[in-house]
Amino acid sequence: MRISRPILSAALVLALAACGSGAKPAAESNEIKVGLLHSLSGTMAISEVTVRDAELLAIDEINKAGGVLGKKLVPVVEDGASDWPTFAEKATKLIRQDKVATVFGGWTSASRKAMLPVFERYKALLWYPVQYEGLESSPYIFYTGATTNQQIIPGLDYLKEEGKKKLFLVGSDYVFPRTANKIIKAYAAANGMEILGEEYTPLGHTEYSTLVNKVMQAKPDAVFNTLNGDSNVAFFKQLKSAGASAETMPVLSVSIAEEEVTGIGVDNIAGQPVAWNYYQTTDTPANEAFVTAYKAKYGQDKVTSDPMEAGYNAVYLWAEAVKKAGTTEVEAVKKAAPGISLDRPEGKVTIDGENQHLYKTARIGVIQPDGLIKEVWNSGEPIKPDPYLKGYAWASGLGTGQ
Amino acid sequence: MIRMLRRNLPFATVAVIALVAAPLLLEPFRLGLLAKYLCYAIVALGIGLVWGKGGMLTLGQGVFFGLGGYSMAMYLKLTEAGGGLPDFMVWSGVEHLPALWVPFANPVFALVMAVLGPMLIAVILGTLVFRQRVRGAYFAILTQALAAAMVILLVGQQGLTGGTNGMTNFFELFGQDLAEDSTQRLLYLAVAVVLGALYLATRQLVNSRYGRLLVAVRDGEDRVRFLGYDPALVKTVTFALSAGMAGLAGALFVPVVGIISPALLGVVPSLELVVAVAVGGRHVLAGAVLGAVVMGYAKTAFSEQFADGWLYLQGALFILVMTLAPKGVIGVMGRLRRARTT
Repeated sequence: MRISRPILSAALVLALAACGSGAKPAAESNEIKVGLLHSLSGTMAISEVTVRDAELLAIDEINKAGGVLGKKLVPVVEDGASDWPTFAEKATKLIRQDKVATVFGGWTSASRKAMLPVFERYKALLWYPVQYEGLESSPYIFYTGATTNQQIIPGLDYLKEEGKKKLFLVGSDYVFPRTANKIIKAYAAANGMEILGEEYTPLGHTEYSTLVNKVMQAKPDAVFNTLNGDSNVAFFKQLKSAGASAETMPVLSVSIAEEEVTGIGVDNIAGQPVAWNYYQTTDTPANEAFVTAYKAKYGQDKVTSDPMEAGYNAVYLWAEAVKKAGTTEVEAVKKAAPGISLDRPEGKVTIDGENQHLYKTARIGVIQPDGLIKEVWNSGEPIKPDPYLKGYAWASGLGTGQ
Repeated sequence: MIRMLRRNLPFATVAVIALVAAPLLLEPFRLGLLAKYLCYAIVALGIGLVWGKGGMLTLGQGVFFGLGGYSMAMYLKLTEAGGGLPDFMVWSGVEHLPALWVPFANPVFALVMAVLGPMLIAVILGTLVFRQRVRGAYFAILTQALAAAMVILLVGQQGLTGGTNGMTNFFELFGQDLAEDSTQRLLYLAVAVVLGALYLATRQLVNSRYGRLLVAVRDGEDRVRFLGYDPALVKTVTFALSAGMAGLAGALFVPVVGIISPALLGVVPSLELVVAVAVGGRHVLAGAVLGAVVMGYAKTAFSEQFADGWLYLQGALFILVMTLAPKGVIGVMGRLRRARTT
């Protein structure tokens, strides 16, 4: 023991040191390393793996077309493990150890909030691909998903047009649903709508009979659903068995896309409306190519969804900014990015110079019996991103997060 | 004299490696990770004491770790807000700083609470539970329930605790910029010194009369009672000490890692720590410490090498160690030594 214990400890520390110093030298001159940081294990894996796959597809396509600045993109994949501190740790690793040019990653708001200080501290770039609750614009994050005025507010406009005046709010207990509902309540107050109830359940909750009872008794015209993950399975099942129908009381969801429909079971959710910026059925030439390429690479039974498309776009938008800047250097890329406009599967998107979000077209769709989503309404043109809702008089006081 | 030197040689070697070699050899990012493992090692040391020596299987050390972490995070958040409201309160719609938060603007109060808060809870819980002679699996289940309840509480009180997001975005600690590598190196040294000091103190404690009493309670609680001692008191004190260590570890962890969230203190992380202690070897304090470092390092290494399937490797490592070496890594080392001397 006298000898072996210190020797083992020494070996351990040396192993750590070797791992530290053994990092490969900065990218070979003909390669550019980019980080992909999503949950590949844990509760979020089911959603985030598909985004990672879409990003890998974009990298493949760009490499086949000659790469960026004549260099090949090399993805470095890390697992955020559905655990926010792990996201922060792996982001640090990608930036400091692998010295990647940029990172594409995250899904939950919590993971983004955990990564934000890391990217700001090391002045590195993050491309975040999911719709979120707004009230944020970090100078080191590009947001390629919708902010609230491109998803939630159009969703409310749609309900209003349909003559729905009494709403019930159901959500998971974390920052996105709570912020979303704050906005919904302000909108309702300004538009003569009534909120009959507001209920939250913990993430991963699966017992919804009490809540469904409350909803049924309140008799709202519509339900606004911000539940996330597997809770939706239980909620929609129990709602259906309580006799609710999509015609008399539609449940508008903002976190259910093609991928999740399969998990929930089409029978339980067909006919319900959802709000996004992209559907697999969106009719653009770029989307036809995207869907075909995705299925060819990952299997014919796979579906494409809004966050996947936003991740896929992020890679292309970054590549475009790098081409324009002539370098992968972060500040130069940031400077080159504003105004970049591409025809993507969801239609035209443009990077806003002020808040680094995208101009996006809002689309309301209805879930079809085949599991796909059919668009029933769209905003006609891309909406300017407004994360702090400065352009909405009724929202003043909400956006004090600055 | 020589015997004492020999006895402390392993400790001295490890201390030199940790305090001199590691900061010189490791890159700042790796050193930060090592600091994180050492924070977990402090918790593991407490588990080694309470479970290894005292036989009380606690599956809720994450609760104490979290209380320490949140105390520290509250202080850091208030410094950062500089008299205003912390960022997450603004987006949770809180308008005035809650009364609970006010005293945490004082760093001394925050640090003291990080240690005393968990100890107080452990004393209350211990007094209630050990007096009723709740032990074994019942005690384990109870502590695990505590961890689960704690997470629900933290997530539910978003305006007070930051909800599932927890708290992050800290800039400075006692006026030092946390982003600086030099600050991180100092933090690492602080964690290493605290761990070393606690290790020595705990070893001293275990070798004292109290330590023998603790082991006696583990091996025959009723006999100890018939001898006129109060096992409940011994157990409560031990449980409180381990809680205090976990709290201190949490307070150190937050500036090192830069985030605290309910995900760090629920049932799973609490179990992971117990697993780490088992892998290292629960019967020896050094085994607990070693286990936390080995498992922490294994988690990082596996997940970096095999982003898709690292959890399986982590599980396989645990099963392998437990089936081949039930006394943990430290037990294997002991066997090697005996093999050499015979």
